[in-house]
This record gives sequence, structure tokens and C-alpha cells, in this order.
Amino acid sequence: MLAEIGYGILVVAFFVALYSVGAAIYGERKKSPAIVESARRAMLLLWPLITLSAACLIYLLVTNHFEVSFVYEVTSRSMPTYLKITAWWGGQAGSLVFWSWLMSAFASLVTLRKWDRDREFLPWVIVVTSITTAFFVGLAVFYENPFAFMWFDKAGQVVKAMIQPIGTTPVPLPADGNGLNPLLRHPGMIIHPPMLYLGFVSFVIPYAFAMAALITGRTDDRWIRITRRWTLVAWLFLSAGLVLGSRWAYDVLGWGGFWGWDPVEIAALMPWLTGTAFLHSVMIQEKRGMLKHWNMILIILTYALVIFGTFLTRSGVLSSVHAFAQSAIGPAFFAFIGVTFITSIALVIYRWPELRGETEMKSMLSREALFLLNNLLFMSVLVVCFWGVIFPLISELVTGQKITVGPPFYLRATGPLFAGLMLLMGIAPLSAWGHSTFKTLGRALWKSAVVALVITVVLFFTYTQNAIALTGFFLIAFVLLVTLVEFWRATLARMKTQNENFFVALWTLVGRNRRRYGGYVIHVSMMLMAIGILGINVFQVDTQQSLSHGQSIKLGDYTLTFNDLKQFPNMVNGQEERYVNRAEISLSENGKFLTVLYPRYDVYPDGQPMTIPGLYSTLKGDVYVILVNWESSSANLAPFKVFINPLINWLWIGSILFIFGILIAAWPEREAELVTARTRRVHQTSAAD
Amino acid sequence: MELKLSNKNLRITVFALLAVALAFFIASQIYRPALAQNPTPTDDEVNRIAHQLYCPVCENTPLDVCPTEACRQWRDLIRQQLSQGWTEDQIKQYFISQYGVRVVGEPPATGLNWLVYVLPPLVILAGAFVLFRAFRAWTKSSKASAAAESEIEAPKDEYVARLEEELKKRK
Repeated sequence: MLAEIGYGILVVAFFVALYSVGAAIYGERKKSPAIVESARRAMLLLWPLITLSAACLIYLLVTNHFEVSFVYEVTSRSMPTYLKITAWWGGQAGSLVFWSWLMSAFASLVTLRKWDRDREFLPWVIVVTSITTAFFVGLAVFYENPFAFMWFDKAGQVVKAMIQPIGTTPVPLPADGNGLNPLLRHPGMIIHPPMLYLGFVSFVIPYAFAMAALITGRTDDRWIRITRRWTLVAWLFLSAGLVLGSRWAYDVLGWGGFWGWDPVEIAALMPWLTGTAFLHSVMIQEKRGMLKHWNMILIILTYALVIFGTFLTRSGVLSSVHAFAQSAIGPAFFAFIGVTFITSIALVIYRWPELRGETEMKSMLSREALFLLNNLLFMSVLVVCFWGVIFPLISELVTGQKITVGPPFYLRATGPLFAGLMLLMGIAPLSAWGHSTFKTLGRALWKSAVVALVITVVLFFTYTQNAIALTGFFLIAFVLLVTLVEFWRATLARMKTQNENFFVALWTLVGRNRRRYGGYVIHVSMMLMAIGILGINVFQVDTQQSLSHGQSIKLGDYTLTFNDLKQFPNMVNGQEERYVNRAEISLSENGKFLTVLYPRYDVYPDGQPMTIPGLYSTLKGDVYVILVNWESSSANLAPFKVFINPLINWLWIGSILFIFGILIAAWPEREAELVTARTRRVHQTSAAD
Repeated sequence: MELKLSNKNLRITVFALLAVALAFFIASQIYRPALAQNPTPTDDEVNRIAHQLYCPVCENTPLDVCPTEACRQWRDLIRQQLSQGWTEDQIKQYFISQYGVRVVGEPPATGLNWLVYVLPPLVILAGAFVLFRAFRAWTKSSKASAAAESEIEAPKDEYVARLEEELKKRK
């Protein structure tokens, strides 16, 4: 009963969304505010509707209604209730509803802002957000219905449908469900899809305003100013989703790393790349009125990549770690991306003359030129990633041969590009809008460069002779020095002129210039993350051995001794949720005992294993030990793999600081401050910001 | 745009940076993990080779981490081959001939696969070229308009001229 109701509400939502699109277009053409208002209300109705439908679905999930195919696929009796709720996004059909739920929520939030100055945008923002919501709801309604029941056809195959198809018999009620993929039962994994989806969904908003700007002809930077905070928030969620996914990979995938250049990881990285380029590029439009065409193209690309990323993850076209069952969803996604992309580009071409820049670039070392170079580098990384993901598909289509494009390809190609970006991070903050010369820039940064070089030389003699690591450390030190000196000098200036102490000066400084100093904090955090990335990529060591009881592995300065292995089932709700193999390992460093580690190898009823490392984390690095398998393991003999991951925790520390930095940059300012900032629009030839 | 390297410190810094960049570039081309040859195949030896191969059935999963039974058997096969004295290349070639090029992470540059390596640099260079051209057009037109401006300009205000002088001195 509830399944039918849930599905029916979803169908209603689909038509309400379509109505919203139609009414918005009609109301705008007929210049009728009443009809546009009707469209707006229809759009506002979407979230409550989808919430109701989702509530039905969650109820079915939590109460073990295994006659519903989605419930059967992603839950089981032995799962704790909170996991049954999160199973909502643990499978393809449910996650489509989840995507729609988030999209309708954000679209509704957008209407909460004051529209007085921008009334003409409203209909088109409604159109874009409602089309997107309609698409995802439509996918659930027509292709991947989470409320469908299961039927046997004449060949004994399972068919999913709401209403019994002709010639089928109902599948008898299963006693238990399949259960959620055990890899998805980890806290990092629970929050990772919501974060990523939040990032994807919130990037639709700037895109909607961009389309509205193109359609209405208001091609000034109004649409950018309105969506500035949305873009930052979207970027925040997307970045958080990527970091959480990395932490999850590190914690439960058991291969000792956090990023494997898996196509689905890259699918989420690609909109982040264009999003970061966009974040920087819009600053040029705001400050200098340039690059209007390029900003439009960037946000269109970001939207396309968001849908494409969802397509790659959902359609099974890649069959990677994330893939769920293949379905007819692929062509629908493909068509949607194609149509929206072509329409958007057509709009840009239509408005091409009106997007002409207001000023011109005068100096190759000005900040806008360096930002352009930043964009080129980000686009280059995007090209490498896109091609690496797409090419195996093309190859399989054309030659029938499957190929693998793996980490060596990506690392070799993107390494120098990221190094270039880091170099820019050190130089660009010191260049001025409009004009900079080699001399002025050189004078500003030579001290930081020299100190960074000294640090590198010290590291050469004390830590490593690896050229890649040293280059990386040089760039990291350079950027850190340049950025921290910026803070220092400005704070010092405030202390002198305003007679404030250090902390008050710093606080006021950051408060008055949130975007700039938030950005600097983000750059610093990225450098901390780079330390971790460099450490694990260049200096990771590992070894694998089978140990008998009491034997030890030596790796680096560490000794790991196998004490014991306990094997037992873990019971939840009276059922075996998983079979646990838990080893006990003593860890010591240079003979000094540190701690006991408990690497685990859990096996779930469907045979799926989960490898959980024993982890000893310090600033210096991680000792990461896993139990390699369990079939040949006993308390007397077990195979272990040990990794030493130097500096890895700087990655996580950096990501926390990163969130902090975005919050600073995005924190709302009082209206008065905004007015003064805008009247300072730069048309001068040389001014430091 | 000024390119005078009159500042000695600047010159040193630039040369140092170029040297670092060159070293990095060279290192990135020649740096490869060292291979230790071991007569008895340890788990590490097997993994070192398995790490460079990919599971022939699961997508994008390196052979040394793949947990399936099939992959375990393939790792045992590698161990067997190592104990028989096969070299790393021989083992890799065996897997390629048995299961196709999908078992290696970088497709050999034959036939269509050549595109994997060629297209990204081409596109990036094209992008850089477009950027460069756009830049040249911008700076040329801005120089032209600046020149035009200075011709049209009425006699400068005396105070503005003095102000400019003062600012130039302070730089």
C-alpha cells in the first residue's frame, strides 16, 4: 500500500515539475507575474511532495518490506536501523530520489532570497531547476523505480514493476534482503554520497542564474554576484565529498591509499576542477569586467560534468567499485546532457556580442593573466582526466578491446600541471590587478623563494634526495611563505596604523577582507594537504608476510608482533550481521612499545569482505596494518600487510583547515560593506588590491 | 611588459627556479621504483609485480589488492612463475597474452591506443595557443588604444603631473 502511495506521489511530483517549467516560460512570455508566481508555487511544492515519497520509502526500508525490490536489494534484517535509513542512498533507485530531494530543497531555498532587483531572472531559474528536478524524478518514475515490486517472467528472470506485467507471477516474499554493500556501512561512506550530491546539486544554482542572464540579456556580472556564495558553498560540499570519499577509501578499502584514480573518483573530481577554475575566473569578471564568455562556458561545463558525474556513477557504464546494476538509464542521461549542453552553448553564441569585456588585459603578469593561466592548467588537468575516463569506453566501443588507464598515466600527466598550479599559488597573490612587471613581482617574492630554497636544501641533506619530493616541498614551502607573509605584513600594518594588538588586528583584517584571506587560508590548507599527498605517494613503503604466533614484521623503525587472532560472528537483532576476524598486533618503534592494533577482516553473509586496518596515526605518518585474508588465517598463522604512510595526516589536517577557510570566505557581510566594496570597482591601470 | 633583469637577486632567483624546474622535469622522466631481485618469491616480490597488473575481470582493481578468489589464484600463479625464474617482463607478457591489454595500467601505444597519449597534450597545447593569441590581441589593442588616448589627451593638469613624478620616485 505504502509503496503505491510513494510511487504515486513521485508521479505527481514529476508532473508538477513539468507544470512549473511550462508555467514559468508561459508567464514570462505573456509578462504575467501571476502565472510566474503559480510556477514558483509549483516549484515550491516539489520538496514537500518528494519528502513525502521519500518518507514512504524510508518507512519501507526500516520495516523490512522485502516485497519492494529496492528494499530487498539494500537492506537485511541484521542491519541496524540507522543503516537502513542511510540505505536510501545506498542503491541506484533510492539515490535518484535522494538527488531530487536535495535539488528541490535547494531550488526552494533560492526563492527565499529577495528578488526585487532581479525579478526577470526568476522564471528562468525556475525553469532550469525544475527541468533538472523533473529529469531525476522522471528517471525514478520511468526507469529505476525504488517502489517497484519483483515479478518472475516466463523464463524465470526477475522483472521489476509497480503493476504486474502480463505473463508474470509474483516473486514470493523473500525471508531476508541482500543487505547494504558492507563497504557502504562505514561512517565516512554514509556521509560521502550526501556531501557529493549536495555539491552537485548546489552547482545547478549558479548555472540556472547564468542561463537566466543569457536568456534575459542581463549579461553583466549581476548573476555572478548573486550566486557567489552559492558557488562557494557548492564548492565546499563537493570538496568535502571528495575528502570524505578519500578517507573512506583509506579506512575500509584496505589497499593503503586514499585515491586510486578510479573512474568514479575522477567523475566527482572533474566538476571540482571546473568549479575551482570558475571560482577564480569570476573574480576577474567582478574586478575587471573581463572573461564573460569564458565564465559562461565554465559554468555550463560544470553543470554538464555534474550530470555526467552522476551518469558515470549511476549508469553502470564503467563497472567499477561503485557501479550498481546496469540499466536503461544510460541513454536517458546521455540525451539529457547532450540537449542541455547544446542548448546552453547555443545561448552563449546567441549572446556573444553582449558578453564583450569591459576592459582589456594589459600585462602578462597581472593577476588576471595569472588567473587565466590558472584556468588553463585546471582545464588541462580536466582534459587528462576526461580523456583517461572516456577513452577506455571509446576503445571498447570501436575495437571491442577493453583497456585500463591507471594511476601511472594520471600521475605522470597531472603531476607537472599541479606543480604549475602550486607555483601560481605563490605568485598570483603578489601580482596586482591590471598591471605587474617582472621587477615588481620579483621584488615581492624573491625572499620567500630564497627561504623556500634553503628549506629544500636542508631537506635534501636531512630527509630525502628524491627530486620529485624536493620539488614538491620547495613549492609547498614557497606558497606557505608567500601566503603567511601576506597575513603577517597586513596584520603588522594594521597594528601600527590602528594601534591594535596582533590578534585584534588579524581578526579585523580577515573580517574586512573575508574573500581574500579566506582564500589564503584555503591555499595554506591545500599546501598542508599537498604535504600529506607527497608523503604517501613518494615515501610509502609496504611489506607483506605471513606471521605465526609471536612472530614479527620489521618495517622501517617499526616492529609489529602477531599476538592473537579472534574469529567470531557479530550478531545484530539475533542475526549474524558479519563474521569477524580480528587480529591483535603489538606495535613498537625502535624497541619502545607504542600500542596494540586490531586489524580486522570482516566477511558479510553475501560473501563480501571488508578490510579494516589497524591504524597508528601521528604527524610523522601512519602505521597501517591489514589482515590480508581469512581463509588461511588462524591464531597460529595469518598473512599481514603493513604500510608506513609518511606525513599522511597532514592531508586530513589540511582538509579541516580547508573547510574553515571556505567558511571564512563565504561568511556573509553586512550590506554596507558590500556597497563600499562595489564602488571600488577597478578601472585603474595599477593598484594592489 | 618589462623584461630587464637588472636586479641581481632577481636573476639568481630566476636561475635557481629554472634549475629546480629542470631537475624536476628530468626526475619525473627517469624516476622509477627500484626493483629488487629475490631468489625466493616473498609476498612482497609477488605484490610488486601484481601491483603493476590489473585484475582481468574486475574493473580498475590492481591485482595486489583484489580480494576475490580468482585474484588470489593469479597471485599464486605469479609466485609460481617467479620461483621458476621468470622475469617481471615475462610474467607481464604472459598475463597480457592471456587476458588482453586491460591487465596493464598503461595501454601500449599501438593502434587506437596511441590516441590516449597524444590527444591530451595536443588539446592542452591548443588551449595554450588560443590563450596566447587572445592575449596578444588584447595587449595589442590595449596598446593601440592607450597610444590613441595619449594623443587625444588635453594638456595634463600640472598637479597630476607632479603627483605622477612623486609616485614614480617612491617606487
